[in-house]
Amino acid sequence: MSALAGTVTMLRFIARRERRRIPLYVLVFVVLIASTAAQSEALYPTQAERDEYAATVAGNPGLIAMVGPTYAVTSVGGDVAWQWGAIGGVVAALMSMFIVGRHTRAEEQSGRSELVRASVLGRRASTAATLLVVAVANLIAGAAIALTMLGFGQPAGGSIALGASLAGVGLVFAGVALVAVQVSQSTSGAYGLVGAVLGAAYALRAAGDVGDGALSWLSPIGWGQAMRPFADERWWPLLLMLGVTTVLVAAAFALLERRDDGAGLIVPRPGPSHARPAMTRPLGFALRLQRGALIGWGAGLFFGGLSIGLTGQDADSILGDSEEVDELFRQTAGSLVDNYLAVSLLSMALIGTGFAIQAVLRMRAEETAGHLEPLLATALARPRWAAGHVAVAAAGTVAVVGACGLGVGIADAIASDDAGRLPLLVGSALALVPAVWVLVGIAVALFGLLPRAATVAWGALAGCFLLAFLGPLLSVPDWVMDLSPFTHVPLLPAAELSLTPLLAMTAIAAALAALGLIAFRRRDVPA
Amino acid sequence: MISVSGLVKTFGDFRALDELDLAVTPGEVHGFLGPNGAGKSTTIRVLLGLLRADAGEVRLLGGDPWADAVALHRRLAYVPGEVNLWPNLSGGEAIDLLARLRGGISPARKAEMLERFELDPTKKNRTYSKGNRQKVALVAALAADVELLVLDEPTSGLDPLKEEVFQQCIEEVRRAGRTVLLSSHILAEVEALCDRVTIIREGRTVERGSLAELRHITRTSISVETDSPPDDLGELPGVHGLEVVDHRARFDVDTNQLDGALRRLSTLGIRSLTSQPPTLEELFLRHYGDELDRAVDAE
Repeated sequence: MSALAGTVTMLRFIARRERRRIPLYVLVFVVLIASTAAQSEALYPTQAERDEYAATVAGNPGLIAMVGPTYAVTSVGGDVAWQWGAIGGVVAALMSMFIVGRHTRAEEQSGRSELVRASVLGRRASTAATLLVVAVANLIAGAAIALTMLGFGQPAGGSIALGASLAGVGLVFAGVALVAVQVSQSTSGAYGLVGAVLGAAYALRAAGDVGDGALSWLSPIGWGQAMRPFADERWWPLLLMLGVTTVLVAAAFALLERRDDGAGLIVPRPGPSHARPAMTRPLGFALRLQRGALIGWGAGLFFGGLSIGLTGQDADSILGDSEEVDELFRQTAGSLVDNYLAVSLLSMALIGTGFAIQAVLRMRAEETAGHLEPLLATALARPRWAAGHVAVAAAGTVAVVGACGLGVGIADAIASDDAGRLPLLVGSALALVPAVWVLVGIAVALFGLLPRAATVAWGALAGCFLLAFLGPLLSVPDWVMDLSPFTHVPLLPAAELSLTPLLAMTAIAAALAALGLIAFRRRDVPA
Repeated sequence: MISVSGLVKTFGDFRALDELDLAVTPGEVHGFLGPNGAGKSTTIRVLLGLLRADAGEVRLLGGDPWADAVALHRRLAYVPGEVNLWPNLSGGEAIDLLARLRGGISPARKAEMLERFELDPTKKNRTYSKGNRQKVALVAALAADVELLVLDEPTSGLDPLKEEVFQQCIEEVRRAGRTVLLSSHILAEVEALCDRVTIIREGRTVERGSLAELRHITRTSISVETDSPPDDLGELPGVHGLEVVDHRARFDVDTNQLDGALRRLSTLGIRSLTSQPPTLEELFLRHYGDELDRAVDAE
């Protein structure tokens, strides 16, 4: 057993490094599940309304492709299981992937594993300890999900089945990640492999769920959903997931035995020996560094937009007519469908702001990684360097939010057989851009003035989120609501377009960005 | 080329540079020495306009490094002490990026440097070892046609063969009449390459001048055999660590007292004599020796 020597020490060490992250993942699960359950309870107070809602979603193939087959949407538990069966599986898979990646390939890539392995530590110890930690993390998450559903008074069998199904999907993807980190020599490459498997799993079950269900059996996410929580629970898919996990773990250990520390199965491709001219200009280089994020966020928001567009036609029956619906979705005089689209676009723009802030804070990441010094020691002026990244953030916002509008428009055109509203829906999304720019401005200003506190920009985004979604329900005073730029956007397509707030917000954003750039010119690098 | 006087830089309460002086004249290779944390990299960052001086006069290539940073940077190349590169770019891309942002690079010169340092430019930066990352920065800097090279411990991580290549390159740079500021820990490298040195400590300049001048204020090691026993040498001014065995003596003498010591020795009848000039090591130890003493006392 010398290959496992030191596993207990590594287990303690890894658990310590994860002591904040795992509770955070579990909290995310609990908040997602609890808020959906609370919403489901509030939206459909009577069984008749719930039945009508269940019938509507069961007849909407777009929604089924997006979230999964409808087994028992007629109950609160069944509704939660339906809404989170697939997407919750994705969250669990990502949690597993990040835990595995951080403690295996990332350690090897940084050279830290060399230091650790040179002491009395078996070849398999780190991987075995990581496996135990990720298994416990999934177990805790599953238990927390089951307890949350029990807290809403849902049946024990269904609650446990839901927790077990998501934890099972998480475990399978822990196995996938353990194999991927043997295959790829870089952490990002391993994440790419897991992401590809996850994307395929999601797409296969979407196709299967809409069709005859056969393809869903090729997808680990489909296996989780096949447990049918709150309907006629089935337990054997859990055994299938545990079996596949065991096979993947065995394969990972077999690969681990046959490879060198730091090496992968895929030998990295050589890069170009020369840089293309476009890459060596400040804007081109900023784009080169940020293109991965831009493509990822753009694709994510495009598909998000598709799902909104597909749901939009049925907004009337899905939303029912409770007081909360009125508070959230009837903020303007427009039709319920248009209000639904407007509020959904607003939420997508808030999510897309994540890209914008990440793009601006990339400057700070470059600075702290030591990448900035050699660049500024060339004839590159600080404002030009920063302007490249700010331009990518600002123009990227247009692209990412526009992609969401395009997704909504295309889905709406398919659902209604009429592409006439596509320009309006893309325009509705783009009307939200100036509000996102204000947060870009805040992030740039922080980067220039208070570089060490630049991450406070994420706090500003969290504040906007809370005000947008809890503000109307909690009757927050107007002056507090006014602090968020998203309070001031015209909620197209439900409301009329008004240019004044858009121009004002653009001006504020430009002023904040200018302030940040001037401050950046005057401060130390690195600060 | 570079003139710094009374340079002060503080980070919060910490006074990183405390009235530091540094002068580099055109065409020289200037050694910049000091222990870890003495302020070498901070000084270089001020010279590059990355950090803003709190007080003092700083001139670089006739301009103000803070205000004229971009114009001045066209005329210099920099190798950082710790080379961090974009992990998903190749070495060749990083070299081209740094070179073109400065205003261009001759492809022939780049190819020559890649060959001399035996660097494969198609590898991704994340796969390079520390020495290879250092080579990327060195190739980008040495291939550039600039007046001034600012090198912050440029050979850390290089193998002895590449260290030799580096020294040849610097020798060529000197012959071309270009200027080099070389911060280094490797005293043999500084002795081999530098015309003049500045030694700093705790943010202050403690010694500056040509190697010859600095040797003048240090000691020379003498080993001598004489006809008459050399018993009374200890009474001479500037003689330290005298050991006498029969007709043989070994001692160090302050270089400015060397003449008196040799006069006395010649009255004794010299049979054989070897003398060793002071090394930079000794210079260094003399300035930082009290730190060593303190460390010994603490034990």
